[in-house]
Amino acid sequence: MLTRAQDGTLNAWVNRCAHKGASVCRSPRGNSADGTFVCVYHQWSYDSAGKLIGVPFRRGLKGVGGYPADFDFGAHGLQALRVESIAGMVFGSLAQDPPSLDEFLGEVMVANVRRILHRPIKVLGYARQRMAGNWKLYAENSRDAYHGGLLHLFYPTFGIYRPSQESREDVDAQGYHCMFSISRPKVDVAYESFSQEANREMGGGTAELQDARVIEYRPDMADGISLCIQSLFPSVVLQQIQNTLATRQVVPLDVDSTDLIWTYFGYEDDDEEVTRHRLRNFNLVGPAGFISMEDGEAVEIVQHGIAGANERRSFVEMGGDDVRPLYAPIGMDENSVRGFWRGYFGLMKGRAPAAAMAAE
Amino acid sequence: MNAPNGNLAVDWTLLAEINAFNSAYGHTIDDDALERWPDFFTEDCFYQIIARENVDAGLPGAIIYCDSRGMLVDRIVALRRANIYPEHYSRHVIGTAMITGVDGDAIGAQASYVVLQTRADGETKIYNAGRYRDRFVRVDGALRLARRECIYDTHSIATLLVTPI
Repeated sequence: MLTRAQDGTLNAWVNRCAHKGASVCRSPRGNSADGTFVCVYHQWSYDSAGKLIGVPFRRGLKGVGGYPADFDFGAHGLQALRVESIAGMVFGSLAQDPPSLDEFLGEVMVANVRRILHRPIKVLGYARQRMAGNWKLYAENSRDAYHGGLLHLFYPTFGIYRPSQESREDVDAQGYHCMFSISRPKVDVAYESFSQEANREMGGGTAELQDARVIEYRPDMADGISLCIQSLFPSVVLQQIQNTLATRQVVPLDVDSTDLIWTYFGYEDDDEEVTRHRLRNFNLVGPAGFISMEDGEAVEIVQHGIAGANERRSFVEMGGDDVRPLYAPIGMDENSVRGFWRGYFGLMKGRAPAAAMAAE
Repeated sequence: MNAPNGNLAVDWTLLAEINAFNSAYGHTIDDDALERWPDFFTEDCFYQIIARENVDAGLPGAIIYCDSRGMLVDRIVALRRANIYPEHYSRHVIGTAMITGVDGDAIGAQASYVVLQTRADGETKIYNAGRYRDRFVRVDGALRLARRECIYDTHSIATLLVTPI
């Protein structure tokens, strides 16, 4: 659970009572008027930082029962996470002594989080999907530049073709994180909306959009980057796809079950019309997204296909067998997928993130 | 509003008409006659599929958001020709409608629905449960949806959503 105190301090703790292990907070979100969290089972109560502040009948009743005089409140708090945030995006770690967030993410990744969250945001809603597959299959998917135009056929089917794109893929030093970005070259051309261009280019596909507003793009930033998908290890994606802004949290439920939680947002200063435009653009992404729904199916067919195939290996050598910090253009490679596995195996073999970095 | 302590008078003819409309709507989707699905709407309709948690929190983010009939047509063309998804049957079970208000030509109504889904493994699962919140109007005398919001309780979408609710 993540809490924000009245003074803005963020705290996070594992939602597991120190007494019997019951879930202390039973709502997905909300406010605690007095800043305390009380386990309903035996009413142990905690402050917003997870510190134990009260147990009923501590001294027993009429000399019977209770806890000994040396009962140590400090030893019975909730398990705390280390919390750090960048421009309002909050990260937590269960590690005792994690590297700083800046160090863990690296300069390029941090700069992009700040770029997308450059002004105050407002949450527009949530969408949740459950995939019958291991979380790592989704981690691979969001780092897989190769499948984009092959699995997701919406753009080619509707003949939406953007000839003047520049793309690149950045991977951090450890291989954990990656970022795809697509932009127009910085030439002296008025930035026209995708819809105008799309209408012009239609005919390349086999179908025509009745209402092209769904793909219209209005630059939110002056840097010309129209698509940015940033996968941060282990479990979150931050995206800007046209005017859709969202995070995707990857929540492993079981070895073959993963929740993907989308949080859609816009900027606080969006007017009603801009918000409506974003809502229309959201048709592209999410569990029903024109260019994203297939990812759920991809995760599931791989999970289904690899069941019982423990002696077999997948083949991830598109565009080489190494991990490069920069790959451009993107699409003909699996560079970031290899990065993910390098980082993951490094951790599983017991290398701390800093050591993994040194090994590079 | 047909609240227990309010006016329980029901326009039975109108109610029957709306129930028949909803029944035809559900069967059209379940019979895979998806090309006819946009015909249930007006030209400048609004259709969305949105999580109840968002509606309750006053958040507008929807997983499908269409503010023209053209966008409904695009959804179906994409489903047929572009999108990739598990093969499935849909089965709509739609409860009787509740008329929530009549304002000139516009009729407010809502109805509970359950959409069951059966995939290639033959298991039938509850895919999506929720309610339709609707505004009907008449076009050449016939009911059409000016607005349909599918507000879903099942806020964990299994795999993906491609077929309209």
